[in-house]
Amino acid sequence: MNKSRRSFLKVAGISAFALSSGVAAMQTLSATAEAKVAPGTYEKGAKALHAKRWAMVIDTRRFLSANDYKPLIQACHKAHNVPDIPDNQNIKWFWLDTFDHAFPDEMNEFLDNRRKLASYPLLCNHCTNPPCVRVCPTQATYKMEDGIVAMDYHRCIGCRFCMAGCPYGARSFNFKDPRKFLPDPVPNPAFPTRMIGVVEKCTFCAERLAVGQMPACVEASGGKILFGDLADPNSTVRKALAENYSIRRKPSLGTQPGVYYLI
Amino acid sequence: MYNAKAVTIGIIIFVILFTSPFWASLLGKSYKETGISLPKNEKECVETTDFMRNKHMQLLNEWRDEALRNENRVYVASNGKKWAISLQNTCLKCHTDYKEFCDKCHVANSVDPYCWTCHLIPQGSTK
Repeated sequence: MNKSRRSFLKVAGISAFALSSGVAAMQTLSATAEAKVAPGTYEKGAKALHAKRWAMVIDTRRFLSANDYKPLIQACHKAHNVPDIPDNQNIKWFWLDTFDHAFPDEMNEFLDNRRKLASYPLLCNHCTNPPCVRVCPTQATYKMEDGIVAMDYHRCIGCRFCMAGCPYGARSFNFKDPRKFLPDPVPNPAFPTRMIGVVEKCTFCAERLAVGQMPACVEASGGKILFGDLADPNSTVRKALAENYSIRRKPSLGTQPGVYYLI
Repeated sequence: MYNAKAVTIGIIIFVILFTSPFWASLLGKSYKETGISLPKNEKECVETTDFMRNKHMQLLNEWRDEALRNENRVYVASNGKKWAISLQNTCLKCHTDYKEFCDKCHVANSVDPYCWTCHLIPQGSTK
């Protein structure tokens, strides 16, 4: 055999090109084949509510005592089958805390008693820059295009990084089987429960928005909590924010919470 | 061949033992259908029976991702019919009998899906 260096390189180059294009073609083929199994298509519900950035404005001035929040908490926990576990392993979707705990950045020692001694409703803030999403190793928690920070419990491996990442304590781990602490039948048979070993939190009622309903706590509040599109200047939330003084929890962290408090 | 008799008998015994599963299956029970009971009021599932039988798990996976991540909570089937994407509220509306429908095949095939640790099986058919 007598091959020149030149002819060898020619053949080698052509073979490499042929092989690589073959591999690329295979990859695109398999990608389209894997993309969908269902022969049908998907679309959004006809009655679904849409927004660029869902946000909540809580008018705490109109809640006179901690008892005023009770129906809201009940409505939320009933709608999502949230158990009540009577120890420090309780599940929190919507809960109350003091001003000092809710707004540690507000360091006014001599704040008036009405604001200082009141209870404040806390829930997942659905941040614009959610730290929980950044730390989740399985993408079990993620930000949707409408600003809601959602959970896919199927993917959650229970590592609790998100609980460490969340500066608002909005996430709870199921140390125990939640069904043991729920009545049978569960309060809302149309909604699943969670299982032992997953983290859960408020979802801004994404499943209710998808069928044209407002979140459970907003509905139960009778207008004291507003919910709407922060990106729309004419929305109820933007109007309320334009007319009232509002604060958010721990703004210095830069997470950009989506829950505003009128105080 | 040295010790031909013993070697031949040994080979025959080996072959019989090696192929014994085939003989056992010939003698044993014949294949039986699982005998699942289909929903009585509905004739048609979301897609064809064949598709549902082979791929319902992939379909459910896809439904989950579309509904939870892309907010696409309506499935338009290949025949144009629209379905709300929900295992608990759509699938189980017709397939109400967990024991006679889901479990029959899952037990026969030794699969143990853990859907029901979170999703609720319909009332009246406890696990």
